[in-house]
Amino acid sequence: MADRTLAPHSPAEAHKGGKPPLLEVRNLQVEFPTRRGLLKAVRDVSFSLQEGEILGVVGESGAGKSLTGTAVIGLLEPPGRIGGGEILLNGRRIDNLPYAQMRRIRGKEIGMVFQDPLTSLNPLYTVGQQLIETIRTHTDLSEARARARALELLADVGIPAPERRIDQYPHQFSGGMRQRVVIALALCVNPKLVIADEPTTALDVSIQAQIIKVLKRLCHEHGAAVMLITHDMGVIAETADRVAVMYAGRLVEIGPVREVVKNPRHPYTRGLMGSIPVIGHDQERLNQIEGSMPRLTEIPSGCPFHPRCPEVFERCPRERPDLLPAGPSQAACWLYDPEEPRGAGHG
Amino acid sequence: MADVAPAVLGSQEEALVEVVELSKEFDVSPPLLTRLLQGQQKSFLRAVDEVSFSIPRGRTFSLVGESGCGKSTLARLVVGLYAPTRGRILIDGKELSRLRSRREQAQVRRRLQMIFQDPFASLNPRWRVRDIIAEPIRAHGLMSDRKAIDRRVGELLELVRLTAADGLKYPHEFSGGQRQRISIARALASNPEFLVCDEPTSALDVSVQAQILNLMKDLQRELGLTYLFISHDLAVVYHLSDYLGVMYLGRVVEWGAARNVFANPQHPYTRMLLDAIPDLEMSGRQRIPVRGEVPSPMDPPSGCHFNPRCPFANERCRAEIPMPIPTVHGGEVRCHAVEEGRLTEEVVRDALRRPLAEEEVP
Repeated sequence: MADRTLAPHSPAEAHKGGKPPLLEVRNLQVEFPTRRGLLKAVRDVSFSLQEGEILGVVGESGAGKSLTGTAVIGLLEPPGRIGGGEILLNGRRIDNLPYAQMRRIRGKEIGMVFQDPLTSLNPLYTVGQQLIETIRTHTDLSEARARARALELLADVGIPAPERRIDQYPHQFSGGMRQRVVIALALCVNPKLVIADEPTTALDVSIQAQIIKVLKRLCHEHGAAVMLITHDMGVIAETADRVAVMYAGRLVEIGPVREVVKNPRHPYTRGLMGSIPVIGHDQERLNQIEGSMPRLTEIPSGCPFHPRCPEVFERCPRERPDLLPAGPSQAACWLYDPEEPRGAGHG
Repeated sequence: MADVAPAVLGSQEEALVEVVELSKEFDVSPPLLTRLLQGQQKSFLRAVDEVSFSIPRGRTFSLVGESGCGKSTLARLVVGLYAPTRGRILIDGKELSRLRSRREQAQVRRRLQMIFQDPFASLNPRWRVRDIIAEPIRAHGLMSDRKAIDRRVGELLELVRLTAADGLKYPHEFSGGQRQRISIARALASNPEFLVCDEPTSALDVSVQAQILNLMKDLQRELGLTYLFISHDLAVVYHLSDYLGVMYLGRVVEWGAARNVFANPQHPYTRMLLDAIPDLEMSGRQRIPVRGEVPSPMDPPSGCHFNPRCPFANERCRAEIPMPIPTVHGGEVRCHAVEEGRLTEEVVRDALRRPLAEEEVP
């Protein structure tokens, strides 16, 4: 897993393996023009995703994780827009494609699973009609073959009695079953990349475990890479190969999942991990990060985390750190600058 | 069931809150005309079904369960927002529904308060924070002097780690975590002893959740508060609770000292719930695979409600409602398999092994 570590600011290195990464995001900016000026919700985010890999994207509300996902599938709601950077799928730029072309990629090459399964399904069509329509839009299968494929998919995602369920409407399904249908819909034409935005947040824990399992198994079988956006570290720990941590619109740490969970490098990630209660750990108080996430209008200078950081020093408010190597991970923190005397002994 | 004494929770501590065989049914019948024309019966949804537990003074009792298990209904019953269909709730020995005079009612009401889940919906957006917090003081007639009230509001704000100056602001000027602090300050305004907290942190981010949980623990220590804590997050419950009850479709299927329930879960549902939590430890442990979903509370399965999802269910489980039986740790569990001693280690290990082979990602 460690050999998958990437160097976001030197895309050339990612090509060392010969093949370009499946998805490459370079210096992505997402901005919202408002009356009071331009709000930058995602700043300078770079990462890449290899085939078949599961990348977890975590962060708290307002960190920009969902916007990063929506930017990749080209579904930013105006006035939100991509303000800079590039998004490449299989080495081809997709962020500047005209609407009609992007539509063909969406669904066929990139599948989507959203948080609320009820809003991703059309209540007026049966589950079968929606699956068949999607399959036929992107392939040249006949109606009958598409239906057979839809049945196969429903069985695949673990829906009992698919022959009967296929002609039912979304409201006749429970929350967990609906999310299974959405996963079937996302995978129906074998996309290479699936963007799952909080796919289990609306579900109960027992159902959540089932959905994660299905998602993981199917992506493995179909060889699809997944960008899994969630605020739930537990889900990430169980599912992802690598994790990207976002704070105030920026990527602050990225690395193999075991490293980020067990040995977080950035002070924010450390604080975040420490604030999660864990069964079996008896602690009188949880570790708490003082203060709260800054508003988009008041992003602090230098490192955006510095006002809350327990290890802040003079350089932090002045200069903004880029991602620096920190063990097998990378962290945007001056503690990992080899020339920084304060950084000695860390990592 | 009827002659089982109220639970003493295996401790000698004095109970502040006692809930005895409490049930709540909601009338979900179709309208009268429809019933007459279509010959339908009246129908009832039993949201809370013969629940008994007690909470010692100064302790935290948590109720966990999935959506629709009746935990929020139970919380509302305990604070008196719903009237129970059957059963009793005693606060410090006084039965809530038996209090006739308004004065007596008000006296008990002052001693229990509630914190709600959504800090955006539970604060009036048109009121200044100081008026929101002063409302219980005025409503219960605890103080009448304006200056004294202002001083008290300032103290309360500082108690929840805000500043007295924040009282002049409106709720929209605060973040979710700060609003939840305001809710807590309001709840504390009438000097209650008992707080019912219905998922107070589930709308918050983890780092903010940690701040609120720490605050709740500090306040409990400083003010000697007793909490009934409702949550679906088992890790939060582990961190906060002294006692734990697990609910499934209206029934408490298992309860006991929290550490014991976590270390040694008895009921198959508790085991499944604990196994379903994503594992931050990344131990790759074996789990009982989760089967099926929570059935509709409108039409719960006969016998033990959990039987269709239980890997250990037999004929008796499908026919007969299990009664609470004491566990070795001083709690209670409602399960035939536990009662008959069917859940030996071997049987559980078998259940672990069986379906894993086909479902686990290679």
